Order: sequence, then structure tokens, then C-alpha cells
Amino acid sequence: MGKLTGAQILVQTLIDQGVDTIFGYPGGTVLDIYDALYDHTDQIRHIETTHEQHACHAADGYSRSTGRTGVVLATSGPGATNLVTGIATAYLDSVPLVAITGNVGNGMIGTDAFQELDITGVTLPITKHNYFVRDVSRLQETVRKAFELANSGRKGPVLVDIPADVQRQEVLYEKAAPLPDPEEPDLDATDLEAAAAAINESRRPFIYFGGGVLASGAGDEVIELSRLINAPIGCSLMGISGIPTNTPRFLGMEGMHGHFASTKAMNQCDCLIALGARFNDRSTGDRTRFAPSGKVVRVDIDSSEFSKTLDDRVEVLGDVKTVLRHLIPLVDSNTHEEWGRHVRELRAEEKGYADYRETLTPKRIMDIINEKRDPTTTVVTDVGQHQMWAAQYLTFDRPRSFITSGGLGTMGFGLGASIGAALATGEHVVLVTGDGSFAMNMAELITAVDNQLPITVVMLDNHVLGMVRQMQSLFKRQRYSQTTLDRQVDYVVLAQAFGVGATRATTPEEFAGQLSAALLVDGPTFIECPIDKDEFVTPVLQIGASMDELIVNMDDVKAKMGR
Amino acid sequence: MVRNEFGALNRVTSMFRRRQFNITGLTVSETETEDLSRITVQFEGEDRAKTQLVAQLAKLPDVISWKEFDPEDSISCELLLIKMANNDATRSSVLDAAEAFHAKTVDYTRESIVFRIAGQTHRIDNFIDLMRDFEILEVCRTGVVSLERGHGVMRRNVASV
Repeated sequence: MGKLTGAQILVQTLIDQGVDTIFGYPGGTVLDIYDALYDHTDQIRHIETTHEQHACHAADGYSRSTGRTGVVLATSGPGATNLVTGIATAYLDSVPLVAITGNVGNGMIGTDAFQELDITGVTLPITKHNYFVRDVSRLQETVRKAFELANSGRKGPVLVDIPADVQRQEVLYEKAAPLPDPEEPDLDATDLEAAAAAINESRRPFIYFGGGVLASGAGDEVIELSRLINAPIGCSLMGISGIPTNTPRFLGMEGMHGHFASTKAMNQCDCLIALGARFNDRSTGDRTRFAPSGKVVRVDIDSSEFSKTLDDRVEVLGDVKTVLRHLIPLVDSNTHEEWGRHVRELRAEEKGYADYRETLTPKRIMDIINEKRDPTTTVVTDVGQHQMWAAQYLTFDRPRSFITSGGLGTMGFGLGASIGAALATGEHVVLVTGDGSFAMNMAELITAVDNQLPITVVMLDNHVLGMVRQMQSLFKRQRYSQTTLDRQVDYVVLAQAFGVGATRATTPEEFAGQLSAALLVDGPTFIECPIDKDEFVTPVLQIGASMDELIVNMDDVKAKMGR
Repeated sequence: MVRNEFGALNRVTSMFRRRQFNITGLTVSETETEDLSRITVQFEGEDRAKTQLVAQLAKLPDVISWKEFDPEDSISCELLLIKMANNDATRSSVLDAAEAFHAKTVDYTRESIVFRIAGQTHRIDNFIDLMRDFEILEVCRTGVVSLERGHGVMRRNVASV
């Protein structure tokens, strides 16, 4: 192929990796890369956001909605630091992402040159690995390795920092042979048998799955195992959409804001089958008082998760889907009738706590989103109360159709991620957000309009930072320090100023009508839903409390607040 | 064993920092193979945290082999240089103590004496402790280097470099 510059090699390697979309923002130290991209606009679509953070969230949303590796490109210095929150968001949720940054030329490294920044140093603890490419002869190999690392084993972000002189240097380019598929760990037969034995002798098994089931595409196997032993299933926030919401025996998300029956059953089981889930503190409460500790049959691709926060009884290293395929034949079928009856009672009790108000409540908003959207439509969220309501009440039919920042809890994640998801799926996306989160990323409406992306933003507007406010209500004697926003912004007019069709819904009927119309628009739309500032997410658990101390419903909330 | 790349040491020590372990001894050197460096770390911490730390270290792409050494089946050694004040009152006591520990005098001036001693950590600790009775000017120790006893070779655990 003859000699190519580093920038051309980078672009060629991206094409070889099957990349067709990248998100980014140009700048001084990526001039050559952008110049090389200019020759390949037919092969690589570049989406320019208004800020690098949201380019990174977009690459993340692109990846979460498809499983393909997302790619983001930024210049050195502030361009690179603006990626940091996005990279950390992907890291905490194990999302495969390759971030490419330019840097000043090798000769200027270490001199505090204009827009020079040690981004490999900065991102050391939030990447699976990162590379500073000193020599153009290693560029192709490094980029290929970055893609392999990002999307193998436990997935995650990898950063490649390329100095400006390396982008300009010419070297003979020969397309390298594709890297062999990364090896899957060998399954340990003894561990599999031990896992099967623990499941077979249990009387109250509970299946708990997390993001690993989505990464591995193991939803069918989860359902099969549940059917075989008649076990209830719960999931973490990251597991949502891993299996259809209406799957028999599926109790939904468990944890601090999880469904009552799911959380209770998980805490009452005698064998916790944990599949690609890492037992974050939000899902266990106080770990030292987490009942299933010591009863966990753990399946994970990452051995460093084993007994990290809880004591496992059995640990099986491997891809969840592969492990389940080998495990299921070893498991005895069982009806666990008594346990099944108990779980049904928990579900009946949960129904008693349901919110039946007919006004435009958060639950009504989610119900209407369920009614009006195609059940396969992707829903993205920001972070806060709206995120938990979405996690609790929305129904899903297709893996990867719920996209949310779980581990890092990044407010401002949603609009960027929606842009990525809309581009990746080519379908309509609904973003559920709040007025706090939306104010962090609303400039990305510009990107959505530029690209005429079919994103319907549903903003729950309570004029407060609701999640923190509810903690202040419950645990800080209603001292609302800095959580009352009451910003004098007319978000509908603002969205219109961006060129977005925008409306305000004050009743369920208005919202249903507006949403139906919005979902037909082949471009961005915005609906504001005013809600009361004292809507609560229930159940709720005080940070650091045990799951026994779950505040189940509004009666408990009022008692706790002394009302 | 880590890849002999810049930043590899940083990645390893950063993992200790993240889990708030204090490193008490650290040695790094190139090895029999130029692609590989060997890092020996001494640290203190709780068992669960230690297990987690080792699991995280093993995950680093630059780390290609690791082993936890048990004092029973490994040989460890570190090197100490210690500079003592040289004065009439204590000279003979200092030299006697040094001789008892088989410390070698590597520098001698009117004002100071530098001793070199190699051995196990506790022996070096004992020697420094003894020298505290006199006037220590400076101490520099290398941290531990370790090898497994017998024919075990760390590099052999490496599938490919």
C-alpha cells in the first residue's frame, strides 16, 4: 500500500476494525487526523458534538446500544480532560470504548507546551489500559490492540494518545492480519460441579444478574435456568433489559430503590446465583448485614470481582453465557413450591404499595411511555429520581434497550448517550431526564438538530434536585441545602430556540397525545412534564443501612419525616 | 514480571495507592530477558484487601506474571548503605558493631564512615537499630529482591511476551 502518515494509518486501521461512526471535536493536535478523515467521509461518519464530554457519552451510548466498540476523538489538553467523565462513566459500567487523543509533538512532551497534558497519567485509574504512541511504526499494532482490549474479557475503555509528530510521520503501511479472537478462560469443571451442587441442594434459590448478562448476551440462558428450578429472578440497574420485563418469575430490579419483592426475595434466599453482577453498595446496603453473604454462587468473567465485597460460596470464572450453557445440564429440575408461594405473596404485598394516583405522576409518565412507544424502543436516562422511576416502571422487550449510567451515576450522561444510541440503532430513542441533569447537557440539542436525530426528550421538571432533596427530607431534617433550583427558565421556549419541537404536558392525557405525536417526528422533540417537588422514589434505603431497614412506601417515608 | 515499557511501574504502584496500601519496600530492575522487568514489592495490609489488590494487579495488561512469595520457600535479600559520624568517643564501638554484623567499610573519612551490609530485612533492621546508639548521618536501603527457592522460574509462567 506504500507509505502513509500516522494519521492516515490511524484512519485506515479504524476502517479495518469496522468502525463506521466516530464522535469527536477537532483541535490543534488532531489537525492531521481530521485531515485524514476528510478523505474518508464515505467510510467513517464523524459526529461533532458541542463538547467532548458528550462526544464520549455518545460513543458510550453507541456502544451500549449495540455492543460494538464506541470511538471518540479529541484534541490534547482541555479536549482530553473533557473526556475524563465520559471515560470514567464507561469504565464503571464496563462499556467497550476507544478514546483517541492528540498530544503535542514528542519533542515538546514534558515542556508544558500549549494544550499539552499528560492524559495517559490522568486516565490511568479509569481505563483498562492506555497507550502513548511514541513511534509511528507501532501505531497500527497499538490501535488494534486497543480495540481488542476494550471489547474482550471484562469490557471497558482504552485510551490511545498520539503526539502530533507521530500523526505526520510517514511509514510503510501494510495491513496487519486480524488479531486472533481473544481466548476465553477455560471453564473449571470442579467449580461448575460445585455450583450445580450448591444450586441443587438449595431450597430458596434466587437468580440475580447484572450488566454481564447484557455483555454476554445470556438472557435466554438466564430464563432457562429460572424455568428449570422455578427460581425468582432479580437484576441490578445495569441488568435491566437483559431479559424481557414480562418474563415469568422476573421480579425486576432489586436494591436501594429496587422492587420490594425482588429485594426481599434476594435477601431471604438460601442460594444467590449471581451472574455478571458485582454487588455494588446500592444493591446490597450494608454488606456486613447482607443476608446472602456466604451463600453466593458467583459467575463472572473478571476474577477480581470474586469475594470483592461479599463472601462467595462458589466462584465460576467465565463468560456468563458459556458458563450457563455448561451449568444448566448439571442442575436438577425443581419446583420449589413453598418458596414459589412465598415469592408470590411478596409480589402481592408489593402490589399493595403501588401508586394509583391518576394525575401526572412519575409512575403515570412511565406508564404512558410504555403504552405509546414500540416495546423495543431504546430508552436512555440521566441520573437522579427520574432514572429510578424509569428503572422501576418502564418495560423492556429487547436487550440493550435501556441505557443508563449506573456505576458512576453521571448526571448529564443522557443526551449524549441518546445521540449515540439513535445513530447506532437508526431508530427512535426516548430520553427520560430531569431538569437538573438536562441543564448539564442541553447544548447537545444542537447536535441532535444538526443530525436530525429522532430523540424524544421527556423532562420531568420538579424545580429541585429531587434525589438529593429526598435524602435531605429523610435524613437531614428537611434542610434543603442547595437543592432548590427554581430556575426561571422556560425549557419549552429554550428547546424551540434550539430548533426542537417542544411542548409542555400537565395532564396524563396531554402527555399521551404529545408523546404519540413526538414519536412520529423524524427528528428531536421535547416534552416537559411538571411534577411535584416532593415526589419520592420508594422503596428507599439510607446510605449504609441494612436491607432490613428498607423504607418501603410513602407511609414509611412520612413516618420517617415525622409527619 | 512486567513488560519493560515506560509507565509499567507507575501502573503497578498506582494500584497500591488506589487501595491505600503503603509500600514499605520496592525494587525494579531489568531481567534476564530485555522485554521484561521485575518488580518486587513489600507492603502491609489486610488479607481481603490484599487478595483484591493482587487480583487487580494480575489484570493489568503490562503485568505478565506474578507470585506471592512466602518467606519459607524464597530467598530474599536487601542492601543497606549507612553513613555514621566518625568521632573518637564512639569510633571503636561503631567498628565493633559493624564487624559483628559483617558490615563492610566502603568509605572512611575523618568525619564519617560508610558501611555496606546485605542480608534479610530483619537483620538490616537490627543493624540500624544498633547504630541508633551512635550518630547516624544517613541511611539508604534498596528494598527487597527475592527469588523462589529451587528451580521455579517466574518467566516460565508467561505464555507469550
